[in-house]
Amino acid sequence: MNILVFAESQHGAIKKSGLEAVTYAARTASQHQGTVTCLVAGVDENVASGLGAYGAHKVLKMESHPDALGLSDALSEAIAATQARLVVLAYDALGRHLAPRLSARLGAALISGASGLPEIQGDTLRVRKSVFSGKAFATLECSTPIKILAFSPNTLAPEKKEGTAEVVSFSPATRNSRIRVIKTEEKQGEVALPDAEIVVSAGRGLKGPENWGIVEDLAHALNAATACSRPVADIGWRPHHEHVGQTGLTVRPNLYIAIGISGAIQHLAGVNQSKVIVVINKDPEAPFFKAADYGIVGDAFEVVPRITEAVKKLKAGA
Amino acid sequence: MKILVCLSKVPDTTSKISFTDNNTRFNSQGVQYILNPSDEWYALVRAIELKEAKLAESVSAVMVGGAEDDALLRKAVAIGADTLYRINAQPMDAYSVARMLADFIKTQDFQLVLTGRETIDYNGGEVPALLAEMLGWELASPVNKLDIVEGKARMESELGALTQVLEADLPLVISAAKGMADQRIPNMWGIRNSRMAVIQVVEPQPVEPLVRFVNYELPPAKGQVKMIPADQPELLVDLLHNEAKVI
Repeated sequence: MNILVFAESQHGAIKKSGLEAVTYAARTASQHQGTVTCLVAGVDENVASGLGAYGAHKVLKMESHPDALGLSDALSEAIAATQARLVVLAYDALGRHLAPRLSARLGAALISGASGLPEIQGDTLRVRKSVFSGKAFATLECSTPIKILAFSPNTLAPEKKEGTAEVVSFSPATRNSRIRVIKTEEKQGEVALPDAEIVVSAGRGLKGPENWGIVEDLAHALNAATACSRPVADIGWRPHHEHVGQTGLTVRPNLYIAIGISGAIQHLAGVNQSKVIVVINKDPEAPFFKAADYGIVGDAFEVVPRITEAVKKLKAGA
Repeated sequence: MKILVCLSKVPDTTSKISFTDNNTRFNSQGVQYILNPSDEWYALVRAIELKEAKLAESVSAVMVGGAEDDALLRKAVAIGADTLYRINAQPMDAYSVARMLADFIKTQDFQLVLTGRETIDYNGGEVPALLAEMLGWELASPVNKLDIVEGKARMESELGALTQVLEADLPLVISAAKGMADQRIPNMWGIRNSRMAVIQVVEPQPVEPLVRFVNYELPPAKGQVKMIPADQPELLVDLLHNEAKVI
């Protein structure tokens, strides 16, 4: 079975979600005697051939870096060129543009947000995904000739081994989106929340935006992204893009540290797929403790700086 | 400029989730249904605000569902929508829902189609881009702020540390996310209007779903939380490093 995988790049390097995608495709291929071809844009020859170490057999390298619409065209052409039967990509912000567009264009079934590797038997593919905002899992099935599998970021860790991939130059016909970008602002030095492995999040318990220093210090020490609860975003203490929860962003980091967040069910829905949850709250009755792996009942202003110091000490010793 | 807002029916956030028929079907017994929060709070409310600011001519709302969903759909009028459509079918997967919506939209003259970013039941978030592709329209996603300036959509899109200001001609599909508007509580007049609102029922061409739900399971119960004394927070770092191995 031929698998086509898309690996997104940023500033000349493959993003972590892209390395996860190649690993996901390689592990699927190894169970089903498949070949893995990877489409990349905006990287040099070395970076492209280096994807062989993650399990790509062949890399289609585009010279240009088109927008989401153009990338969907490139993927369509690559699917035809490689006669791919399975397309693998991360279901992140870009994946939400690409995967459904391909599904509609090709009449290909799309399973989005897959949280494990697929089982494939004959023409039928089955895979699990989280549903009802983390309150249940569903097994989904499809059997169209071409299938699109868009996994949740952080489903598996990138696995690097030996090897290089054959790199082939690829020049598909791509359209440009007519949506104009008037302005782009990128905050430097911050870990992006959607693909962060560690998230430090805080809520109303911090009493005011001026107190976020202790949260940022801990996040910085852990190389983590910062996040917040809904009330905090609503009153403007923190930007909307930091809001995790039912109506904000869903995250699934390896470690989620919640400081001064009571743990309303709407907030839990956005974080309950985190691997390890730490809750720090003054109120021993805070419902969040029921969803936590580790808890501290205490004053954040005393506890958090001490944790930050201990992390720094650990990192300095490592 | 006419706006269409696509609405989904979902179990209320606080519903207990369970399954029947040997875990092959969602158990809807005793479940309170609501309009999907990002469809209602962000997409629908912002569309109504644009109409109130005389930047849109009308706001229509559409849902794929059965007659049992009419009461929920009427809430859109209670909040301020003008026209209601129900596409008479049970939603089976994102592809078939989007196909029925696209077929309907092609018979109308909407210039802006708004949907919420993701539903809180199946968490797919596929419909916005499916619709854009099926209609041959552009897609803006996720959109956290929306204005209409000289007939064009002026938007802000937040992606992690990246914020973009976007401008697009119409027609356009928009995936509405946090920040676009605030939840609105219907007033007495709205509720009265909604009772009398006529729902236009659209009979769709049948569409086969591409994805089937085989079965469901509940996640394993969470183990007991390990409490760490507040006067020894350093112990937490030790446990995260040596026991959980996440730092």
